[in-house]
Amino acid sequence: MNENKVLHSVAALFDTPDKIINAARKVKDAGYTMFDVNTSYPVHGMDKAMGLGQSKIGYVTLFFGFAGAVFIFLFMGWSMAINYPYIVGGKPFFPYQAFIPITFEVTVLCGSIATVVGMLAVFFNLPFLSHPIHGSNYIKEVSVDKFGVVIEAEDPLFDKNKVFEFFKNLGAGKIEFIYEPEKQAIKILQPKFIVFLAVVAALTSFSTYFTLNKLMYIVPFNWMDNQKKSNPQSETNFFYDGYAMRTPVEGTVARGFMPYPFHEQALPSEPLANPTLPTKQILKIGQEKFLTFCSPCHGNYAEGVSRLMGQFPPGPTLHSAKIIGYSDGMIYNIITNGQNAMPSYAYQIPREQRWAIIDYIRVLQRAQNPKPSDFQAIKELNKESGKNVVN
Amino acid sequence: MSSTEIGYIRKELPEKIKTIGLTLFVVGTALGIIGFLIDPQRASLSYLVTFMFLVSIGVGSLFLVALEYAVGADWSTPFRRISEFLAAVIPFLIILVIPLLFNLKYIFPWTHKSIVDSSVMLKGKTPYLNVPFFIIRSIGIFLIWWVFYYFIIRNSRKQDTTKDQYLTKKNINISSGFIPVFGISITAIAFDWMMSLEPNWFSTIFGVYYFSGTVWCALAALTLIVILLNEHGYLHSKIKSEHYYTLGLLMFAFTVFWAYIAFSQYLLIWYADLPDETIWFMHRWVGGWKVVSLAIVFTHFIFPFFYLLSYNVKMQAKKLKFIAIWILCAHFLDLYWLVMPGMSTNGYQYSFSWMDLVFPVAAVGLIILIFKSLSHKYNLLPIGDPKLQRGLDFHL
Repeated sequence: MNENKVLHSVAALFDTPDKIINAARKVKDAGYTMFDVNTSYPVHGMDKAMGLGQSKIGYVTLFFGFAGAVFIFLFMGWSMAINYPYIVGGKPFFPYQAFIPITFEVTVLCGSIATVVGMLAVFFNLPFLSHPIHGSNYIKEVSVDKFGVVIEAEDPLFDKNKVFEFFKNLGAGKIEFIYEPEKQAIKILQPKFIVFLAVVAALTSFSTYFTLNKLMYIVPFNWMDNQKKSNPQSETNFFYDGYAMRTPVEGTVARGFMPYPFHEQALPSEPLANPTLPTKQILKIGQEKFLTFCSPCHGNYAEGVSRLMGQFPPGPTLHSAKIIGYSDGMIYNIITNGQNAMPSYAYQIPREQRWAIIDYIRVLQRAQNPKPSDFQAIKELNKESGKNVVN
Repeated sequence: MSSTEIGYIRKELPEKIKTIGLTLFVVGTALGIIGFLIDPQRASLSYLVTFMFLVSIGVGSLFLVALEYAVGADWSTPFRRISEFLAAVIPFLIILVIPLLFNLKYIFPWTHKSIVDSSVMLKGKTPYLNVPFFIIRSIGIFLIWWVFYYFIIRNSRKQDTTKDQYLTKKNINISSGFIPVFGISITAIAFDWMMSLEPNWFSTIFGVYYFSGTVWCALAALTLIVILLNEHGYLHSKIKSEHYYTLGLLMFAFTVFWAYIAFSQYLLIWYADLPDETIWFMHRWVGGWKVVSLAIVFTHFIFPFFYLLSYNVKMQAKKLKFIAIWILCAHFLDLYWLVMPGMSTNGYQYSFSWMDLVFPVAAVGLIILIFKSLSHKYNLLPIGDPKLQRGLDFHL
């Protein structure tokens, strides 16, 4: 009844794994090459029985794994060290140690993807729509509990009756002839289908446009969203120039802000006076800020010997007669605008603290060059408290 | 199932092996004793390296035995006995540790009061790192291993005559108990005997590092002996290249595992770049140690990795034998690299000594002697094991 169909293969079913291994070995020994075995679970020893060599897929994995590793390693090196050299965490521009985890990941990623794709595309010849044995009774049986072997008609030794006899001698349970399915022309460009595509395209475009441009701006409750005011950085009709943001009137002085008038090299006779009184509290602030900002170069006691000695232009001692002679305003100017190698500290130290530092510097200078009255005062202090306050 | 059904014919190992083992052991031990008399400090450090190597082989092999029971593997059943014989080093560890316990002051800086007093960190560590607790800990751990060894191996040997399947079940329970105990104890041993050589340094992954090397080394020893015995027909005709392949595969896996752990340790220290931590690598990056460090990367990872990557290598007994010997040497070098550079912390200057080669000779001799005497008494295959037939029929 199937006379006009093309024979694809002859399939035989067996009941036990031992029988199928034996059958596979016999088929191989008989010289057939275009044959395959289908089992419902992996049967150990089948590769050997079928005479299969080692799969070549390992080489695909190897090649793509290494290609991925080399690519990502060089890419990271290029981007970190050549294209945009940037120090991260104090490491060199080419921190190859940090690249290794990513190299490893990319090796695995490329290797595994290449394995799957290579296996499907190259070794299984996918994609194809259907295989002739899919429609057969044979495939139903082997996917449940039987073991089957198929010899394809393309095999050079293939002869329908011979193969039938061969399987029968092997003790096959059932033997089935599998035919090529009738070729069905697949027409994709039917008018119906084109109309369908057009309708889908139109619907998609419209709904996208509607969602992004209309639906998103429909506000269910317009509570305090729109107010009669001008927001920053926006336009307004209220002012003549159309800007909502205003600049202060010329000459405005902010509250609590005293502009500093001198921006050039000040003279030792700088007239600006120190607005602070050297109280204990002020001196404490001055000491703290001095130790933070000044001591790295000028030293903890302003003696000019500091912990950055030799790594940086040395800060001079502040105990020289020249600097003792400076007015407070002059020192203030130097802290504010910088001098020689010293940068401006206007942005690090607020104004009050700058004055406090100057008070503290004066204390340090006085401590280096004490007057006889100072000793007297210390003695009196010691006497008053009954112990050695200051040595 | 009788032994005839399985097809195992027991053959006595040649007496020549005993002679070789005895010669190596006697020569190594004699030279080692001379070493201890000449320079006890250098000798005890050399001895420590070899001792750690024996710990690796012994407890690593016991771990492999326990692993086989716990996961119900059958492919390795035909050569479980070989691992059991190697694990017989464990009872000897309690004796072998004695020379070290008498020479603790030469090995560990924290035994010196002056060094401890000079460091805040060491003072804080004294509740853990003090001589009495150290000795109790070490002996205790060796005893615990010995107890597990005793029960697992006794059951396994009993099965040869009784064929009692219940013994396998019993061993599964014991092994499942042993594996977590092993995990903790091997960490403690690694911390105590190797990390505390430089007591200011610490790395929490150090125990895992030693563990990975341990199992790697035990696998290599197993592979080497299995192939040697099987080539001369002492095992079973059914043990074939597919069994070798699986052993090679496990060695490959542990090569990668070791690299993963070693690099994890290195990367974190490299990233943080804290002086307390980097000093350990600095000791291993000065002078000739730099070469050794790079050699470790090559011998312990790069070469075995590419060598074992190939399917054909893992199927060939000859090539596997080569890599097994390579791995044993690489693990020894790794231990040497872990122990020796720390000497400077204890105030000594490193130099290569002939003693470094003497103790391994004695250790190899000892292992051969143990193996020979045990193979004289017991079968080389666990013939009563219900999994044996499946193991012999193993296919890829």
